[in-house]
Amino acid sequence: MKSSIIVFPGSNCDRDIAVALEKFQIKNQMIWHDETILPKSDLVILPGGFSYGDYLRTGCIASKSRIINDVIEHAKKGGLILGICNGFQILIETGLLPGVLLRNKKLRFVSKNVFLKVINLNNKFCLNYKKKNTIELPIAHIGGNYFANNKLLQSLEDKNLIAFKYCDKKGNINKNSNPNGSSNNIAGILNNEKNILGMMPHPERLIDPLLSGEDGSIMFESLLKSQL
Amino acid sequence: MKISIVVTFKKDVLDPQGKVISQTLKNMGYNNIINVRQGKFFEIELNETDKEKAKKIVEEICKKLLTNVVIEDYTINFK
Repeated sequence: MKSSIIVFPGSNCDRDIAVALEKFQIKNQMIWHDETILPKSDLVILPGGFSYGDYLRTGCIASKSRIINDVIEHAKKGGLILGICNGFQILIETGLLPGVLLRNKKLRFVSKNVFLKVINLNNKFCLNYKKKNTIELPIAHIGGNYFANNKLLQSLEDKNLIAFKYCDKKGNINKNSNPNGSSNNIAGILNNEKNILGMMPHPERLIDPLLSGEDGSIMFESLLKSQL
Repeated sequence: MKISIVVTFKKDVLDPQGKVISQTLKNMGYNNIINVRQGKFFEIELNETDKEKAKKIVEEICKKLLTNVVIEDYTINFK
């Protein structure tokens, strides 16, 4: 499996993801945002961070980068795209995923571990979560409040395009387990074809039992399995 | 030609900063405050003399970059 991580000025999770991909023997290349040609990849990753200092709107300037045209083409051909944190915000700004990410309801940067319920298990990113569908991953963001109108929310629910929802330790999805005010506790969504996943939590940070857990590893294992 | 653009959240989108400012003003004693919306202000200098053409360009800029039309509205003012 081949992957490309797109690096923007201000990305700061790109190295972490590269380490995770390396661990799972996924052959990765780092691609600077100013490049115009995306090398042949099965998976494109838009990493977390603060691309362009979050100027104008989070992810907005990055979504107009030169490399993005090729990323959109990759998506149209059914290639996999994973956008984590700022990457999710960039996917929203490019229009590859619907809705919008607002500032957290309490306007505070939230950095902590949260529990997530894996809602959609039938996509290439989440296959292996069948063995464990309440997981724990870290979040670290100020703009992760997913907002969509009722019509879009209903459509996401009906089509089963919500990948993750914030929940408590026991898997209950409620107001108290919502760290940022997201509509319907949404933490990550898929596009219609399910080849694009955008999520606020950071799976790349939980890939080592020595560093608090391996709930993130399951995603990379799923991706590998999907390529078999 | 100089053009200014004001971008604000749409009416039904929560504007937490505006809300905090509104509450603070009330706390400061301005009891007649009804509501505050916070927005962004842009001043664009355009090399174009035809107002209609300029308007078209600026509207395009607003839709493509300056606003997220899902949550934000914009108003354009010519100087």
